[in-house]
Amino acid sequence: MMDLLLDNRALVAILVSALAAVAVALTGERRRNLRESWTVLAALAKFGIVFSMVPGVLAGERYEVNLLQISPGLELALKVDPAGILFALSASFLWILTSFYAFGYMRGGGEHKQTRFFAWLAVCLSATIGICFSANLLTFVLFYEILSVATYPLVIHAGSEKAYRIGRQYLVYAITAGIALVAGTVLIQNAAGTLDFVAGGFLEAEMGTGLLWAVFVCFFIGFGVKAGVMPIHSWLPNAMIAPTPVSALLHAVAVVKAGVFGFVRLVGYTFGPDLMGAIGAAAVLAVFAGGTILLASFIALTKDDLKARLAYSTVGHLSYIVLGVALLAPQAMLGAAFHMVTHAAMKITLFFCAGAIYIHTGKKKVSQLDGIGHQMPLTLTAFGVGAVGLAGVPLVGGFISKWYLAAGAIDAGALIFLGVLLVSGILNAAYLLPIVTRAFFRRSPDHVKLDEASALMTVPIALTMVLSIMLGVFPDAIFRFFSLSEAIVASVTGVTFGAMP
Amino acid sequence: MSQIPALIPTSLLLASLVALLVGLKSHRAAHLIALAGAVFAFVCSILGLQAVIQGDGEAIRYAMGAWVPPIGIEFVLDSLAAYMVTLITFIGVMVLIYAPRSLALETPGRQGMVYPSMTLVLAGLVGMCLTGDVFNLYVFLEIAALAAYALLAIGDRGAPVATLRYLLFGAVGGGFYLLGVAYLYFAAGTVNMADLSMRLPELMESRAVIVAAVLMVVGLGVKMALFPFHLWLPDVYTNAPSVSAGLIAPIMTKVSAYAIIRLFLDVFPPGFFTESLPIATTIGWVSAAGILFGSVLAVAQHDYRRMLAYSSVGQLGYIGLGIGLANPLGMIGGLLHILNHALMKGLLFMIGGAVRLRFGTTKIPEYVGVGRAMPWTMVAFTVGVLAMVGIPPTAGFFSKWYLLLGAADAGAWIWFAVIIASSLLSAIYFFRVVEMIYRDPETDSAVADHEPREAGEAPASMFWPITIMATAVMAVGIFNVLIVSALLERVVAPLGG
Amino acid sequence: MTADFLLSRYPYILIAVLFGIGLYGMTVKRNLMKKVIGMTIFQTSIYLFFIQGATKQGATIPVRVPEMGTSPELYINPLPQVIVLTAIVVGVAITGVALSLILVLHRRYGTLDEVELLRRMRESA
Repeated sequence: MMDLLLDNRALVAILVSALAAVAVALTGERRRNLRESWTVLAALAKFGIVFSMVPGVLAGERYEVNLLQISPGLELALKVDPAGILFALSASFLWILTSFYAFGYMRGGGEHKQTRFFAWLAVCLSATIGICFSANLLTFVLFYEILSVATYPLVIHAGSEKAYRIGRQYLVYAITAGIALVAGTVLIQNAAGTLDFVAGGFLEAEMGTGLLWAVFVCFFIGFGVKAGVMPIHSWLPNAMIAPTPVSALLHAVAVVKAGVFGFVRLVGYTFGPDLMGAIGAAAVLAVFAGGTILLASFIALTKDDLKARLAYSTVGHLSYIVLGVALLAPQAMLGAAFHMVTHAAMKITLFFCAGAIYIHTGKKKVSQLDGIGHQMPLTLTAFGVGAVGLAGVPLVGGFISKWYLAAGAIDAGALIFLGVLLVSGILNAAYLLPIVTRAFFRRSPDHVKLDEASALMTVPIALTMVLSIMLGVFPDAIFRFFSLSEAIVASVTGVTFGAMP
Repeated sequence: MSQIPALIPTSLLLASLVALLVGLKSHRAAHLIALAGAVFAFVCSILGLQAVIQGDGEAIRYAMGAWVPPIGIEFVLDSLAAYMVTLITFIGVMVLIYAPRSLALETPGRQGMVYPSMTLVLAGLVGMCLTGDVFNLYVFLEIAALAAYALLAIGDRGAPVATLRYLLFGAVGGGFYLLGVAYLYFAAGTVNMADLSMRLPELMESRAVIVAAVLMVVGLGVKMALFPFHLWLPDVYTNAPSVSAGLIAPIMTKVSAYAIIRLFLDVFPPGFFTESLPIATTIGWVSAAGILFGSVLAVAQHDYRRMLAYSSVGQLGYIGLGIGLANPLGMIGGLLHILNHALMKGLLFMIGGAVRLRFGTTKIPEYVGVGRAMPWTMVAFTVGVLAMVGIPPTAGFFSKWYLLLGAADAGAWIWFAVIIASSLLSAIYFFRVVEMIYRDPETDSAVADHEPREAGEAPASMFWPITIMATAVMAVGIFNVLIVSALLERVVAPLGG
Repeated sequence: MTADFLLSRYPYILIAVLFGIGLYGMTVKRNLMKKVIGMTIFQTSIYLFFIQGATKQGATIPVRVPEMGTSPELYINPLPQVIVLTAIVVGVAITGVALSLILVLHRRYGTLDEVELLRRMRESA
């Protein structure tokens, strides 16, 4: 029994939160401590399972599970590789923190329908890990669609007319993306006869440029929607109507990163960098990503609503990763992979802070935050750490990933994108740091005293802050995120990096 | 074992007859007899299915009255027939279990006549699938149709008019088919399918055979409600009692589609529908038009049943596209969609009936709050919707998957685009209902004028069939390869590949 | 020439005319009863076609008479007759159902004119 579980760890990692979702749904509102413990147990178990596979993956082992055929010759198959486990590790670790934070948030805000909320959150995590560990495109599509659908109840959680309107918009985007993805998958299956991901790609130039471009366009729509690539990003800022834990975990880490991760799978494991470059699709992708980075940063400057500002910041930062992948240079790819983790840690910190401020003081707008640093110093300190990290200041995680992205841009000879990165770094600072200065150096209109949110919220905030700093100082500590990023680049491009920075 | 092909329709016919007599006295007894007949037929179908699979697709043949075909009439249970018959009897059993409570509400006092009609519809449909003879197919087609008219006419106010229109369409369809049989008989001198398939190859050029093929396909197309012959369908489904719609919408039109596929694959020579005449391609194009037409109109409907009816017009097009693609993958998609759509549509109509029983409405805007009142039924509903939209791993995804693969293989890019566009449209009209269902009058100001619904699931006799159907929708999706490799790949073997 | 052609094919021409009249009645006529009459004519034309195709000059009913021998030329093919007989039964059943529906409609709305009937139906709803 134990062996069976160990051999099928990848599957267990997916199922554990699906089971938790059922347990949560059956336990219900009346026994909410029991209900909450299901979530915690599943989150810990999931993280433990994923973490236990890290050393093996770094040593070159690939944990595979073949479930059953879902179309003649096509298996529902899982395979744990460096890219998958990097994403899975960050998502599952942050789920633990988000769970505790969500207990505090939902109880603090007296939210309704908490059972539904936690159940669907768990389903989303199952789907996300499924995406991470998918061994072929069909499996990937399957989990991707489940993720799309499972997010819907969370988006409409508020139950207001506006929430439903946004939910509708979200669904149209998500379903369109899903169908585009299915279409692209069909084209590949028809042309190549296989859908298994292979590091370095499995499509051939002989399939014809026209077909390859058609495939690329399908996948660009399919992944671009979730990754918030402009001009198909507009659901993402709107979806911030969901409760903040959802925005933090799903709309900064799991769901949107699934789109970004799709691009990693597309460039690194389906087309392969060489073919992407040969047909010119990489350049197109890079231009879209670069444009998104700049535009999103400018829009973020204009937003007074804190969550909206963070949302546009997310849109921009997701495109950092897409850009890093699209540049095709090994260093840029390394930066992109590492940015998936650092951005997750920093952005979740910022969202946690925004949520804590909202639940505790009811303030949603940047202009209302004068002097709030004196009331909630820990929260705002964490916010400051996240903000400088996103701007790319050394000693916080963001610096390292941006460093490699920039180095990759130079390697690729695409100096214009180096410019994009620098400008957007300045913009990042311009739209985030004033919040911190405002909170600490302006006088509050009302009399404030030291009054933090509940420990259920502040402890996760502190932990994500520590994680952000840790990624900047010891990027390879404990979780081995940096080694995993290097392993991704090595498997896709064959380039290895000898020394640590 | 060799009696199974005859046992299935006769048991249903017998049950129908007995139920009719008993129904005069007690509709409860009639229900039990009808159900017993359907269960028996279902068990026989399963046994037959097993035998066919174990026999590597070898058909089980039964000659009526021991007259040897082609003189006598024969019943044939091969892979395709076993597939269809199992589906039909399964839906029959589910709907019969489901029926009593819904009928008591929607057709009070007339239940005694409903059960024999339901069994008769089933008998006609399984007969169509099992017969080895193109004329007998006509007879069973009309038996099923006649019983269906009776079932449909007892519905709401508009039902008799709608049914009469259906009847007239059906008569034209049946007439065309019969005329085709006449031409075929004069050209080939036989109506036995196996015999025809041997004699027709040398008659490929015969004008009579060409006319026969066109007439038969047009006739069946009308019966199948293939666009633009779908005009009868929406009114009929909208006014029918939930039970009738739940029985007829899933299987009736599909069996006519089956008949076209049977003619295409097993009666006419290989390539006749594709090379000698562009019949398959024509079916494909009208189906593509029907898919778009049905999906667009479904978006505009406010009545739940009417929306499902237009959705059916679109979904039938998928089966037509499978025929039109005329390659193994496409045809597998079309055949699989017969099963998938039967399960999904049956499920959705049953749920519509359950909601009507509890809350007395069929209007989508009045579905507010139902999700809270009947949570588990609505989980089943959501499963049905996801399948209709084609979200994996539900069954609906996989028929689209095979169809798309077939379309890509054939280079039929317009049809490829049609399938994709219609998935989006079906997402729009179905998620609209999902949204309504989960709205909560207590927290949502936009629907605050709705009374909060009193909680309570559908009665067990309706709840369990719904649950089983929803489970089947999931199971067929996940385990579709079993069906495809054990049955459908054999069925589409005449297409090569 | 034309006359010869017409004379030799006159049953088929008659059948085609009946077929056309039937379809015309079903599609164009507004009165439901006339539609059903059209349907009956339409079906009848098909039965006639079947029978006409199976006629054989100088042959007799398919009951073997020892003194006539067994030459197939002498007997009419029984199968089309049987088929048509079955089809007539089916047709009668369809007509019966159609008439009973018409009866219901006439009782409920007092008219058989399709347009008028739909109008009254809307009003009563």
